[in-house]
Amino acid sequence: MTESLDAFRERVREWFAQHVELTGGDGGDRSLEAVGAARRFQAALFDAGLAGLTWPVEYGGQGLTLAHQLAFNEAAEPYAVPTMPLLIGLGMCAPTLLEVGSQEQRDRHLARMLRGDEVWCQLFSEPGAGSDVAGLRTRAVRDGEDWVVNGQKVWTSGAHFSDYGLLLARTDPAVPKHLGLTMFVVDMRAPGVTIRPLRQITGGANFNEVFFDDVHLPGDAVVGEVGRGWQAAVTTLMNERVSIGAGGGGLGRRLGGGEFAALADLARRRGALADPVLRQEIASVFVEERLLELLSARIREDVKAGRTPGPQGSVAKLAGAQLAKHAAEVGLEVLGSAAWADDDADAERWTTSLLGAPGNAIAGGTPEIMKNILGERVLGLPREPAVDRDVPFKDLRVGGGRS
Amino acid sequence: MTVTTTVADDLRASVRGFLESAVPEAEVRRIADSPSGFDAALWGRLAGELGLTGLVVPEEHGGSRAGFAELGVVLEEMGWALLPAPFFSTVVLGAGALLLSGDAGAQAAHLPGIASGELRVAVGGMTGTPTCEAVAGSRGWLIDGTAEGVLDGATADLLLVFATCEGGTSLFAVRADAPGLSRRPLRTLDLTRRQAQVSLHATPATLIGSQGDGERIAAALLDRALAGQTAEQVGGAKRVLEMATEYARTRYQFGRAIGSFQAIKHRCADMLIDVSRMEVAAAAALAAVDADAPDLPVAARVASSFCGDAYFAAAAANIEVHGGIGFTWEHPAHLYYRRAKSAQLLFGSPAEHREALMTLLEAGRG
Repeated sequence: MTESLDAFRERVREWFAQHVELTGGDGGDRSLEAVGAARRFQAALFDAGLAGLTWPVEYGGQGLTLAHQLAFNEAAEPYAVPTMPLLIGLGMCAPTLLEVGSQEQRDRHLARMLRGDEVWCQLFSEPGAGSDVAGLRTRAVRDGEDWVVNGQKVWTSGAHFSDYGLLLARTDPAVPKHLGLTMFVVDMRAPGVTIRPLRQITGGANFNEVFFDDVHLPGDAVVGEVGRGWQAAVTTLMNERVSIGAGGGGLGRRLGGGEFAALADLARRRGALADPVLRQEIASVFVEERLLELLSARIREDVKAGRTPGPQGSVAKLAGAQLAKHAAEVGLEVLGSAAWADDDADAERWTTSLLGAPGNAIAGGTPEIMKNILGERVLGLPREPAVDRDVPFKDLRVGGGRS
Repeated sequence: MTVTTTVADDLRASVRGFLESAVPEAEVRRIADSPSGFDAALWGRLAGELGLTGLVVPEEHGGSRAGFAELGVVLEEMGWALLPAPFFSTVVLGAGALLLSGDAGAQAAHLPGIASGELRVAVGGMTGTPTCEAVAGSRGWLIDGTAEGVLDGATADLLLVFATCEGGTSLFAVRADAPGLSRRPLRTLDLTRRQAQVSLHATPATLIGSQGDGERIAAALLDRALAGQTAEQVGGAKRVLEMATEYARTRYQFGRAIGSFQAIKHRCADMLIDVSRMEVAAAAALAAVDADAPDLPVAARVASSFCGDAYFAAAAANIEVHGGIGFTWEHPAHLYYRRAKSAQLLFGSPAEHREALMTLLEAGRG
């Protein structure tokens, strides 16, 4: 007999009620304590048979439907779920292994990832390959059965607490850039791997630089086929989008989390709520926030109804970044010169938002790249003429600037 | 009331099909250029063939009692085509005011005519302080004053006027042929939507609803007008986005389609981003009308302040994407530009809506 959705939702509610002590925590925290909390939560969830709801049973999942996932999300709504540090592994790396990984890779890693026993990161971006990821220069060269990797990755979220990573490296510089890439599984503790935290303008360090110096990888570390790393990477990135969409525009909710309420409260306490100009700005933040919630709800409805979400995902990403920036600017305007008082909790809160805003806009695709995607894939406008097509990678100019 | 996707799709397809064949751009221009700006034959078809004027009229008065979600689909298509017909004034404002008044007698007297297409209604004095005054005399109510900017006021058969009287603002009905009534068509920025100045001098009128209930009716009607108008704005914005995108795909300069230049592509993407947000904002406002939601005033102002600015920005961007051809009289871009600016300010500016939002939110009505 199958369990009804309502019964399932109730079971999830009960589980959360009994495990309140495992929830909580700031979703954005990437400290080692936060990772520990994430692992404990995920292990308990796995042991209760509630992890990997839509994953195949053979890899530790539950083989349930998307509707179950949405019911789970609903029941989990009141709780702060501390799994953020695991999301790159579960939302991007695992689906990639499921789609293009070898049987041995799936058997070895998927269930362990699902229980939080293995934490994964994604090693694509480089100093010379940002928006143009396919222009990356990290080399993997054959050495008998093995591969030897040299190069540098950057913006690697969570590398400092990850057990494994999905690495995209160049295996053939003599062919055009998209054709000479291969994806590998890399043990983040292998000799020659050096991880250095990258300090952001907020003062935090969520990202890392990862250096590869003669790192040896076994032949069975290749994910998919040699030379088809770009296709594998697209799988990873598509899953990033799906996981954002299916999560119910979690992105929007996280970024938009009550900016209006916080601003209105700040303005009231600081005696600025009568200022007609600030009132216009605060009302605009309310409007932007409401629209973002509506967009997220639309994405959820589309997913629920089995429709492919339209451009709302990209729109929500752009609108979320715009909202975060706008709210921070208004917050600082309300504070005025008090914005740089070092013992003021309001100043701390709004300057942190202000300093986080540019990163919000750029991470996961710059506004310009997002607009290219909307213009080309949704509106059907032609691409820029590509000067890098059909050119062997070794003859191509990449990077530059001061990287 | 919820509208299933299929029903909405069918309605959209039939209205779009009709407007494309019956009111192509040349016909829009012909009607807009005519002295009255009104085409009786077209109105008859909208009412009879499509049954659109009875859309929100209850069945007992000859209508189909649909909700604003369906009305929104129709308004969106009308905004897409820039339909020059007194639909918004008659159906959204006229029928809307009668329904909100709760006056069964007035509803029985006028709604069947609206549904059948025989009666066109205009509403004056909905926003701002009423500029007309009503006095009860021995032979009934008499109204004095001037209502400015009455949508389709010159061609309506019946005028509903908000006027001050003893006991506060009240709603009155005035027949177009009543003594002492004069109407002056105005030159309007928006060529596809007429307005008139309506003057009343001791003009006989009938009270609609209860005396002093006008302020409530006007406020509720404004919420519905704002919600309905956002649907029109969505349609118009979609049309200018289509126009701009089509041109960017097919216009070549420097040996390339201009849409391949990111400067143009990103302007089109910006329009798409705004249209996506306009759609969800308008849908939420229309749903709030149908649910009679307590936060309708908020939802309507969120949608209206955003759609007002976004439609105008899109209409302006469309002209720019078109370059020189975009600011010629012959190109339709200016018709949308005119409509977008007019709509942005018609029922209060976005800044006024935002200020009203703040007041509502401070009162805990968010």
